Amino acid sequence: MEETISFQLNGKKTEVLIDPNQTLLWVLRNHFGLTGTKYGCGMGFCGSCTVLIDKEPVRSCQLPVSEVTGKKVVTIEGLATKGKLHPVQKAFVEHDALQCGYCTPGMIMSATGLLLKNSAPSTQEIKDGLENNLCRCGAHVRIIEAVHTAAKEMKGGK
Amino acid sequence: MKKKETNPKELTQTVVGSGMKRRSFMKLLGGGIFIFFQPWNVFDLFSAPAEQARSLTKDYNAFLHIAEDGTVTCYTGKIEMGQGVITSLPMMMADELNVPLEKVKIVMGDTDLCPYDAGTWGSQTTQTFGPNMRAAAAEARAVLLELASGQLGVPVSQLEVKDGIITDTKNPKNAVTYAQLTKGKKLEKYLDVKPSVEDYTKFTYVGKSYKHSDANLKVTGEAKYTGDLKLPGMVFARILRPPSHGAKLTSVDFSEAEKIEGIKVVSDGDLVAVLHENHDKADEAIVKIKAEYSFSEMPVNDKTIFEWMLKADSSANVVRSSGDLESGRQLSEKIFESEFHDPYLAHAPIETHTALAQVEGDKLTVWAATQSPFGLQDGLVRELGFPREKVRVIAPFVGGGFGGKGAFQQGIEAAKLAKLTGKPVMVVWTRDEEFFYDNFHSAAVVKIKSGIDNSGLIKLWDYHVYYAGTRGSETIYDVPNAKTTSYSRNKNAPPVHPFDTGPWRAPNNNTNTFARESHIDIMASKAGIDPLEFRLKNLKDEKMVACLKAVADKFGYVAGKTPSGIGIGIACGTDAGTWVANMAEVKVDKNTGKVQVVRIACAQDMGLCVNPQGALIQMEGCITMGLGYTFTEEVFFEGGNIQNRGFDSYEIPRFSWLPKIDCVILDRKDKPPKGGGEPAIIAIGAVVANAIFDATGARLYRTPMTPARVLEALKKV
Repeated sequence: MEETISFQLNGKKTEVLIDPNQTLLWVLRNHFGLTGTKYGCGMGFCGSCTVLIDKEPVRSCQLPVSEVTGKKVVTIEGLATKGKLHPVQKAFVEHDALQCGYCTPGMIMSATGLLLKNSAPSTQEIKDGLENNLCRCGAHVRIIEAVHTAAKEMKGGK
Repeated sequence: MKKKETNPKELTQTVVGSGMKRRSFMKLLGGGIFIFFQPWNVFDLFSAPAEQARSLTKDYNAFLHIAEDGTVTCYTGKIEMGQGVITSLPMMMADELNVPLEKVKIVMGDTDLCPYDAGTWGSQTTQTFGPNMRAAAAEARAVLLELASGQLGVPVSQLEVKDGIITDTKNPKNAVTYAQLTKGKKLEKYLDVKPSVEDYTKFTYVGKSYKHSDANLKVTGEAKYTGDLKLPGMVFARILRPPSHGAKLTSVDFSEAEKIEGIKVVSDGDLVAVLHENHDKADEAIVKIKAEYSFSEMPVNDKTIFEWMLKADSSANVVRSSGDLESGRQLSEKIFESEFHDPYLAHAPIETHTALAQVEGDKLTVWAATQSPFGLQDGLVRELGFPREKVRVIAPFVGGGFGGKGAFQQGIEAAKLAKLTGKPVMVVWTRDEEFFYDNFHSAAVVKIKSGIDNSGLIKLWDYHVYYAGTRGSETIYDVPNAKTTSYSRNKNAPPVHPFDTGPWRAPNNNTNTFARESHIDIMASKAGIDPLEFRLKNLKDEKMVACLKAVADKFGYVAGKTPSGIGIGIACGTDAGTWVANMAEVKVDKNTGKVQVVRIACAQDMGLCVNPQGALIQMEGCITMGLGYTFTEEVFFEGGNIQNRGFDSYEIPRFSWLPKIDCVILDRKDKPPKGGGEPAIIAIGAVVANAIFDATGARLYRTPMTPARVLEALKKV
């Protein structure tokens, strides 16, 4: 039973006729071609599918698409503005805070969500905020440094 | 720098012909200079999974192309999975050819475009492939100089190259660019010589730090991994899986699954799958299939496995032997015996095994998350009966491998389903499937008997390793009477493991280093000698000594007898031609058994370090990943049933575990580059075990060192 779901996706008003029970993750990937949001475990344990919904980091693999009705969804593809990297993306590049890169979009979305709530997090607060985002390559130390750098830049007025 | 074409459709349209051979891709690439070279060596063959062993013809399995616009491209079957060779290999080429780094491209992991390569593993890309690639670049440079000499009318000795421009040193206006030289030419060179050792001092790029060249693609979500590809008409497949390894399907009823709109069920022997254009629908359908199985499982589980291995019909292989064990016993004042146990481990990359397959006429194309595109190509030839020249495998960016993506079952599955349905089929293993079908790091037992004389010198070393293999089993220490015996499955004996096992980052070196370095610490403590002093006293290996001294310096080590109550540990070892030493400080909660690593230092001698930044990142990654096998990682199983199949029950390192990490790379510019993706993980288990002992006097003989095991060990203090 398909339904029309209306929401804002990466700043654009969007309507999609779709089975409302499909997960946001696969609708983003398969329907919208936004493949930056990754499948890692499908159970909400790894965080690689994290997107922002009304500025909150949410696991898109756990969420039926119907739940985003009327909400603002931002994916990794929607972070950069006019080809200019978002401060968190920029800081990840600057600190080489990635290896295989597969967890990176989810990591960046979680970190962005964290900084929207707490503009100057301590190292402990960054660790707490990203605790449930898994990285197997072990880029953790650089990710923490990157979030600190991004926080400074965002505070300075982007 | 883009890794390769990322639009699969475009790729198919432009370059998939009917089975391209070298000549045809040369045609495709137009003019310029081609240098073919052979990066494989004995180690590549040795470390290749048995099923991929393929008789290598004497062929040139990589080549370098200088295009008519002066752009340099290296085509290699190696793949990028986060280890950073996509950055370091072009640096080496840019230096050798004296071209700007941005003029160098690399095309990786495509069986049609790249010549044969066994696979990406064993920290071999930089140390083995690198020097050969440099030699090819040097050859290309020589060819270009010769061309320039003719064109400029001056001898080669009078020419100089900078930024891709060859200039007459006596008349700087008399100059020509690589692009001008290659324009309209088609030259092929075949390199048979071994690469010479280079003068590293003249390098512009090598030895300096460069950021990941693929970082921009990865932070924007643009980087394409296999699962990100989409073909017209593509369907997602979910495959019916047995509840345990060794279970056989006896009956299947998919009538309920078929009721879901748009679902296609495929049943071909043991392969039963549901396919749908929407991933979630395939998920919904697969659980509606009713299946029955017959079971014949091995009577072994994660607790009994060690006894099982010791009792198994094994063949003993003496790896190395020196002196005489009986003399060693007589020379020893104190004798020590220990037994160490390691569990099965999962690779657990965040990207699960994924593959997309497409059959067009008589041609099969498979995109796969794999460390071995050519291994998968062999597998497809074998299992589907396509001729090799009709099978193309492409490895896009790989989301972590750690050895586990040397196996490629998912690629075979996608291909079979694509052949059966005529549609492009995407197989994305679920996390459950990933934990079930992984080729696990082998469980293992190590038994050591050793002896020291009254001055603390090791006189006896009798080392027995069961089912972990020999990597890292070197004694390292200077022991006059030493023997290493490795036990593995007897050729005709029944299998010992209930499921597949395979290489896991620094295969089995973690096991061997954990055992050896823990045992060394046990001896140091009993001898009443500071554990660093004890090691130095028994070491002649200068590189190991240098690493230990460097790490002690970085760490700010204060000598003392162990256990001191502080919680400081030491461990060292070698892997992939690299020497590594660690020190760590831990805090142990004696009430809960929980251990937190406060800080950890690492010193590494890896010869010439091509990209120091990249190497540091690998060291940090190794240390962080190493905390996993140290504290939590362990596959629980009963017979063939894997019990922990999610990140909730198989825990990998998290941010809260992070110690302060300090790494130092020894300056060895004069030595050839060695492996960097694995060595720094090998001593993490040992360094933590030794630190726990120093803190509490409790000795752990078993990884992972869970709170329960720490409490158990504390009871024995």
